[in-house]
Amino acid sequence: MPFKRFVEIGRVALVNYGEDYGKLVVIVDVIDQNRALVDSPDMVRSQMNFKRLSLTDIKIDIKRVPKKKVLVAAMEAADVKGKWEKSSWGRKLIVQKRRASLNDFDRFKLMIAKIKKAGVVRQELAKLKKETAS
Amino acid sequence: MAPKQKTRNPELIPGVRKVSRSKMYHKRGLWAIKAKNGGKFPVHAKQEAAAVVEEKKPKFYPADDIKKPLSNKRKPKPTKLRASVTPGTVLIILTGRFKGKRVVFLKQLTSGLLLITGPYKVNGVPLRRVNQAYVIGTSTKVDISGVDVSKFDDKYFGKQVEKKKKKGETEFFEADKQEKNTLPAEKKDDQKAVDAPLLKALESVPDLKAYLGARFSLKAGMKPHELVF
Repeated sequence: MPFKRFVEIGRVALVNYGEDYGKLVVIVDVIDQNRALVDSPDMVRSQMNFKRLSLTDIKIDIKRVPKKKVLVAAMEAADVKGKWEKSSWGRKLIVQKRRASLNDFDRFKLMIAKIKKAGVVRQELAKLKKETAS
Repeated sequence: MAPKQKTRNPELIPGVRKVSRSKMYHKRGLWAIKAKNGGKFPVHAKQEAAAVVEEKKPKFYPADDIKKPLSNKRKPKPTKLRASVTPGTVLIILTGRFKGKRVVFLKQLTSGLLLITGPYKVNGVPLRRVNQAYVIGTSTKVDISGVDVSKFDDKYFGKQVEKKKKKGETEFFEADKQEKNTLPAEKKDDQKAVDAPLLKALESVPDLKAYLGARFSLKAGMKPHELVF
């Protein structure tokens, strides 16, 4: 099983520990064996240990340590945000965030909706069972 | 509100003011006041000293000095309400016979307790007082603009004082049983009067009535410190 996601300039990664938890950042340079210089449109360019990063499939086309404007333009061109939100990993995170922000009333409405859906499914199943039985 | 008063003589460093005494005299316009009053400074006519009332000497001096307790002028204020608890909020009661019930908050009484109602038809909780400490404030709000709660205060909920009965033995048991159990019709009417506009407000939001009729409980996987209420 060969590796598919590499640490390289332009690799988009997700921060999984620390202050910037949950942010998507771009690896802009490699400092040494353990650290990378990362940058993102909404943060100051800083160093991060690789252990704090989870690599994603997305890669953008930039040169080593681009200027902020160039970085932002490259991210727009590659549509990082769109690709991320369409990917299954990105979609999962969005759902998790939505579930965590549910209000008590929302949770009640969700429960009612689940029960209704289960009721409809069960009715259809009963119908199908009757058809195959007969 | 009036804007802050301009100081005519700001303090440059502690103890040193900007303008000298003579310049301040000029600035305050005391020369103009004097000129208006013909060279002298206007003086109020001296008030007649109030007639001194002769206090009668007391007939009796107590033998020992009795210590007086220090005066306490503190006026207790009603409890500060949490930001999440505002009139019209749905609250979750945590203790007592209505634990888990979701209830509408009406107003805070002068004792600090919260006045709530089910509404009674929806979940069986009547007009009642509840302590803020035993309540979770949710972020769901109900429109209570149509409800008039001005007549309810702590006295309304106090225990009714019964007149002392004469000790007749046989009458004792029967009379007691009959009087205590029924709720006076006036309180039932009050409940209906408060609940009627509330029920209308509840109808306008889908599922809200069913929500208030259901009890809250923690299920598997729910972490209270992570839940958003």
